[in-house]
Amino acid sequence: MDNYVTKLDAGKHWSLKVRRGVQMTLTDLSGGSNVGMVFFNPENLYERYNAPDTLKAQHTFKLAQGNCLYSDMGRIFASITKDEVHRHDTVCGNTHASHIELMFGARNYQSDRNEWHQNGYDAFLVELEKYGLTANALPANINWFSSVVTDAEGNMILRTSAQTEGKRVTLRFEMDTLVILHTCPHPLDLSRSYPRGQVEISLELAEPVGDDDECLNLCPENQRGFMNNALYYLGAKE
Amino acid sequence: MIVESSRTSASAYRIDRVGSGDYYLERIPKGHVVRLLDIEGNQAADTLFFDALIPSERYSVTDTIREQSNVYLTAGSVLRSTANKPLLTIVADTCGRHDTLGGACASESNTVRYDLEKRCMHSCRDSWMLAIAEKPEYGLTKADIGHNINFFMNVPITVEGGLTFEDGISAPGKYVELRAERDVLMLISNCPQLNNPCNGYNPTPIDVLMWEE
Repeated sequence: MDNYVTKLDAGKHWSLKVRRGVQMTLTDLSGGSNVGMVFFNPENLYERYNAPDTLKAQHTFKLAQGNCLYSDMGRIFASITKDEVHRHDTVCGNTHASHIELMFGARNYQSDRNEWHQNGYDAFLVELEKYGLTANALPANINWFSSVVTDAEGNMILRTSAQTEGKRVTLRFEMDTLVILHTCPHPLDLSRSYPRGQVEISLELAEPVGDDDECLNLCPENQRGFMNNALYYLGAKE
Repeated sequence: MIVESSRTSASAYRIDRVGSGDYYLERIPKGHVVRLLDIEGNQAADTLFFDALIPSERYSVTDTIREQSNVYLTAGSVLRSTANKPLLTIVADTCGRHDTLGGACASESNTVRYDLEKRCMHSCRDSWMLAIAEKPEYGLTKADIGHNINFFMNVPITVEGGLTFEDGISAPGKYVELRAERDVLMLISNCPQLNNPCNGYNPTPIDVLMWEE
C-alpha cells in the first residue's frame, strides 16, 4: 500500500504509525475544523513532540509552511512542506469535559451516540492508552487550522477560522512517528453549537528532501535538526 | 503586574540557596508560600510543579495560559495542572513578567540551537534527569517532565507571531512568590545555560524561601 485517504468527522480521534518519507495532508473540508495532534517516537515512547523546543529553535510563536516539528531529543518528527492556512496554534492545549459542557452541553453517549460531545483531552487519553501511555505522556499539542494571535500585552485571541474551508496542510515525516490526533473543537472556539465539520486525511509517499528544501533551509537550526535525524538513521537501509 | 510582598526573610521557616547548574526538589504544603529570589539578577529558574500525591498531574503551560488568556505569568496568575485545576497562585512579583513558552535548555536542543558539538554542555533537563534519578521517593519519571516556567526570563512574543529571547528584565533582589493551592512538589533547575542572554551569560545562585501561611 502506498497511499490512503480517509475522512474524520468533528469530535473523533485516531492514531497511527507513519513511516519516514511518507507525507500526510490534512484538508479542512467544511471550514472551522480543528485537528489536535501530538507525536511520539515508536522506538522510545519517552521521546515526544516538544512545542517549546519547536518554537524557540525557529524563533516563532506560530506554525506555518517551512517549520519543522521537533521532539525533545533534538530530532524532527515532521516538516510542514505545504500550508494554505499560514498560522497554526501549538500553545492552547485541548478542551476538557468541563469546557465542552459549558460551551455545548455535556457529553452523553446514551442520547447522542457517535454525535456525542467528545473533548480533546479525553480523546487524546483514549488513544494514548492504546500504547501504554497515560496522561503524563501528553505534551502541549498542535491545533491545526486554528490561528491564535497575541497583542502587545500577550493577550491571546483565536482568529475566526471559518475561512479555512478547503485549505490544506501537508506534513512530511522525517522519522518513523506515532501520530495521535483528534478532531475535537479548539478550546477557544466560539461556535454556538458543537462543530459538525469534516477533515480529510491522506497519506502518500513524499518526494525525497532536496538540497534546496524550504524546511531544511528555513534556518541553520533546522539544518542541524536534519543532521540529528541523519545521525539517528546512520547505517539504516533507505 | 508589580506586587510587593509584606513577608520578611527573617520570618521564613527555611531559606535554601541553589547554585547555578544545581536542582532543587521540595514539597510545598497547601497554603504555604514560596519565594524565588534572583540574588544577582538576570538568572533563569526553570521550574516544574506537580501534585504531591499524584505527580502525573503536573503544571500545564497550555491550560495555564489559555485560562488566563495571556501568554505571560505575573502576580494573579493561577498555575494550572494538566487536569486544568489550580496548583499554585502567584501572589507577589517584583519582576513583572515571566516566560512559560520558551521551555528548558537540554543537551539535545543545544545541538539544534547552537552547535552539534555543544551536546555535552550542562543543561536544565540534565539537572531534572539527575533529580528524578537521585530522589526516587518522589516517584517522578521522564514522562512527568513537562513544559516549565522560566521565572525571571524574558521571551517576548511579537504581534507578527515571532518569539524572541531578550536580555532579562529581572535585576538583583527581584523575586516572585507563590501560594500552594494544594500539596505540591517544586522542581527547579537553576539554569546553567552559557549560550543565550537569558541569564546574561552569567549563571548565578537563587534563594528559595518558605513561609507557613
